Amino acid sequence: MFSGPRQRGLRLLTHAEWCGVPSEASVLLCKTVSMRAGDLAQWFRCLLHKRKDPSWISADIISTVEFNYSGDLLATGDKGGRVVIFQREQESKSRPHSRGEYNVYSTFQSHEPEFDYLKSLEIEEKINKIRWLPQQNAAHFLLSTNDKTIKLWKISERDKRAEGYNLKDEDGRLRDPFRITALRVPILKPMDLMVEASPRRIFANAHTYHINSISVNSDHETYLSADDLRINLWHLEITDRSFNIVDIKPANMEELTEVITAAEFHPHQCNVFVYSSSKGTIRLCDMRSSALCDRHSKFFEEPEDPSSRSFFSEIISSISDVKFSHSGRYMMTRDYLSVKVWDLNMESRPVETHQVHEYLRSKLCSLYENDCIFDKFECCWNGSDSAIMTGSYNNFFRMFDRNTRRDVTLEASRENSKPRASLKPRKVCTGGKRKKDEISVDSLDFNKKILHTAWHPMENIIAVAATNNLYIFQDKIN
Amino acid sequence: MAGAAGPGSGPGSAGRDADDSLYPIAVLIDELRNEDVQLRLNSIKKLSTIALALGVERTRMELLPFLTDTIYDEDEVLLALAEQLGDFTGLVGGPDFAHCLLPPLESLATVEETVVRDKAVESLRQISQEHTPVALEAHFVPLVKRLASGDWFTSRTSACGLFSVCYPRASNVVKAEIRQHFRSLCSDDTPMVRRAAASKLGEFAKVLELDSVKIEIVPLFINLASDEQDSVRLLAVEACVSIAQLLSQDDLEVLVMPTLRHAAEDKSWRVRYMVADKFSELQKAVGPKITLNDLIPAFQNLLKDCEAEVRAAAVHKVKELCENLPIEGRETIIMNRILPYIKELVSDTNQHVKIALASVIMGLCTILGKENTIEHLLPLFLAQLKDECPEVRLNIISNLDCVNEVIGIRQLSQSLLPAIVELAEDAKWRVRLAIIEYMPLLAGQLGMEFFDEKLNSLCMAWLVDHVYAIREAATNNLMKLVQKFGTEWAQTTIVPKVLVMANDPNYLHRMTTLFCINALSEACGQEITAKQMLPIVLKMAGDQVANVRFNVAKSLQKIGPLLDTDALQGKVKPVLQKLGQDEDMDVKYFAQEAISVVAQRLRKLDFPVKDSEEHRAPGPDKNHFLRPGMLGEDTGKFLSLMSRQHKETERLAWLLRGQ
Repeated sequence: MFSGPRQRGLRLLTHAEWCGVPSEASVLLCKTVSMRAGDLAQWFRCLLHKRKDPSWISADIISTVEFNYSGDLLATGDKGGRVVIFQREQESKSRPHSRGEYNVYSTFQSHEPEFDYLKSLEIEEKINKIRWLPQQNAAHFLLSTNDKTIKLWKISERDKRAEGYNLKDEDGRLRDPFRITALRVPILKPMDLMVEASPRRIFANAHTYHINSISVNSDHETYLSADDLRINLWHLEITDRSFNIVDIKPANMEELTEVITAAEFHPHQCNVFVYSSSKGTIRLCDMRSSALCDRHSKFFEEPEDPSSRSFFSEIISSISDVKFSHSGRYMMTRDYLSVKVWDLNMESRPVETHQVHEYLRSKLCSLYENDCIFDKFECCWNGSDSAIMTGSYNNFFRMFDRNTRRDVTLEASRENSKPRASLKPRKVCTGGKRKKDEISVDSLDFNKKILHTAWHPMENIIAVAATNNLYIFQDKIN
Repeated sequence: MAGAAGPGSGPGSAGRDADDSLYPIAVLIDELRNEDVQLRLNSIKKLSTIALALGVERTRMELLPFLTDTIYDEDEVLLALAEQLGDFTGLVGGPDFAHCLLPPLESLATVEETVVRDKAVESLRQISQEHTPVALEAHFVPLVKRLASGDWFTSRTSACGLFSVCYPRASNVVKAEIRQHFRSLCSDDTPMVRRAAASKLGEFAKVLELDSVKIEIVPLFINLASDEQDSVRLLAVEACVSIAQLLSQDDLEVLVMPTLRHAAEDKSWRVRYMVADKFSELQKAVGPKITLNDLIPAFQNLLKDCEAEVRAAAVHKVKELCENLPIEGRETIIMNRILPYIKELVSDTNQHVKIALASVIMGLCTILGKENTIEHLLPLFLAQLKDECPEVRLNIISNLDCVNEVIGIRQLSQSLLPAIVELAEDAKWRVRLAIIEYMPLLAGQLGMEFFDEKLNSLCMAWLVDHVYAIREAATNNLMKLVQKFGTEWAQTTIVPKVLVMANDPNYLHRMTTLFCINALSEACGQEITAKQMLPIVLKMAGDQVANVRFNVAKSLQKIGPLLDTDALQGKVKPVLQKLGQDEDMDVKYFAQEAISVVAQRLRKLDFPVKDSEEHRAPGPDKNHFLRPGMLGEDTGKFLSLMSRQHKETERLAWLLRGQ
């Protein structure tokens, strides 16, 4: 019964040039089962996307994952500068289970490695962020960025082809130009669907430091891009000019105490955006009040608990991601050990704090030594803002139900999840004695990190990027 | 003509042999799909040729359906297509068939690229005029409705621009429908569409009946002006101008003014900026009474707005606002209600505001008259001339002519001078460059005496600036000054100083002497050139720096036309010949080039009669250069000619000497 979809997946992947590097890849599909509110445990693997060769190269590491507004498309970017777009299969009567399956729709090279000759600087092709634009016509648009350059891509379909030339016949042979007795106007014939990705605009030369975020404004005509010290505002149709709206660069770089780590526009209020800092604070700015938003209108900061202060306090309080809830009422921030939910109306402390992997607090020293402590984990909301998700190590990712206050740890790995089986919750033992099914802190693999996750805007479908693998899970449809 | 296209288009053409004229058309059609964008673009631009060859029927049946589906192309091709189709009515069979053009334009009106969409809308508007009222309701109005209720916002934004062209010619029933569609677009979910509707609101209001404006447009306007997105609200300000023009003063007060007052105090600076930016238009639209009661206080607030961008925009409008006030009582209003704010802005914390102010403030002189200018404006000018920002000072200096007309520049000279001196020595070379540009103007206004006393030394100092662009500009400046003050002045004040530099230890300064000679020789005339400049140039031929030597060769080539046979033969030629043997390649090259030019000239001097006859032969180009009036008028042009068209100049110089 499931051989169909599996073959289908295979066919698509070989077509997809997923890497530009020729390689075998496989897609496993399994039956989809459920996650209802409060029942976070029953996540099922829906689709696994992995190359067979275990010695994957670093260019294949997925660096960003993003659903579009309808959730029918899912874009991933990788360290090799490629963007792969997956499309959700429409439900059909002949194959009722095919709905929910995501297949490769389009693959293109978004960024190439470059060299800045003036600064003697290599510019990596790694895609830092992808953001979809609200759909404006039959085509889809997305912004992709590496450290320096943002590009606007159009992904469009073509299913017709013009046929008939005057000067050559059907086989391409030239006709005698002196024997043309009638003019032929080309006619359009249907052809196999072709998906094209074309670069529409390139927004370059505006960032001195590395771009960490891009965010499209709800006015549909502007977007912001943030690097370590500055935030710029762009018009989507103007590439030669951008406005600087935040600049925290001190006159003397030795006085630098914090950097911008993430920035995002409010989902509905076009004048509001937030940016987070490496000091664990979030600033909310109102673009109505002035052209330069150096002065924030709200400042979110949780007072530090003096008892837990340590050498690592400052590093682990750095915010790696900030996301508004779909409603616009809340925002969520991720720091190294926890994820916090803030009410925009309360600046003094978060309304919720969820521990992601508190058991690592005792291991900060070794995490500092292997640089893991600087990993930038992202976080995301579900469509109704009732649950949140973020990643951890050992291919674990965490989900928190905000209503029931329940949480679950799941593992995205090929070995542990068989097709059609539900994902088993995992437990990391923190005490002395390890129970059955538990995994000890010491045996966690810190090279297997899940930094990027995305949640379908309407349904319970999630995409989890584990190094070079993309897993898509879906809850049960009965 | 149209029948010649193909077998299908007419009975006469059947069975005819190959037609040569078809080949170019066939190429054009094939190139509509060429891989090279430029070729596709060329073909699209000749679409009318293709259509003409195909004939009206095949254009309608084959070409247009093909074009309708070719919206995958590059923007520039689509743009050209959208533009072409606007003028296509004749090619599809006249107004009766104009509706055939709607499908391709409809699909162009939904592409994502704004310029293409706008052009498609423009063409649609053009074509709508060619529809008969019946065809308009049968074809055009349904298209507008389709676009207005389209799934994607691109089509809905395009629809916004089409309502106003079909409304006046539609029946009452359809009119009501159109209004309904416009209403729903004004409250569309997508801000893009609301923005498009807001920007077309004024235009639509103009074609509506006055009652409908009051009952329907005004509520829409009020809604848009209080939209949650400031990008929509700011467009409502623009609509305000058009709507205000349609309403009587009483209606205006009740229907529009509350919204406008609110916009001027909007929480978002962008909306306030828009009010400031559109201030003159608003002022004209609402009339003098409301201006005095409402707009002036609003303007005062904008002038002291907390956002610098808003203040700068308001400041830019100061002059226009004052000019447009009713003449009666204007002076009092400005003096009492505007000037106090301006006085504060002179010491604004933001540079851009001050720069904006400096660019318009001089315009107030003519409005306020001599006494007020001296008493109130002059202190402001003086303060701005001392401003720390060079652009403020520069803006004041560049607009000095306004003041000159009213009170004469002398009033300012005491403060002007230090300001000029400071700008002349500014650390930024672009600032120095800018002030040099104003020197001839200042020289004209200040007079020769004052200039010699105060500014001459500056002009000479620029000649030894360490930035080449400044030295170059200074050289040109000297030339313009000589044109203004005459050769006598040049001989006594400029030339000696320039020539002294020929002995400067710095070779760059020695070269400047040569550049000055190049520029000044024409303006100074033959005598000074031959007697004072030539000896120095010749002496410099022995310079140890090759760059100087080859510039000597270039200079000799340049001043050659001003010299007579004796000088050329006896002095110039030997020196050039010596340089022609120089060890440096470049020196050799330029010397040889100069030698050939000088030799040519010597030949002409030897046979003047024959030569002049030859050159007096009729011919358009020659006549152009032979008009003596033009030469006398503009020596500057003459010089530039000299550098570019050497031969012609030579002829000119020769003919001039002949007169």
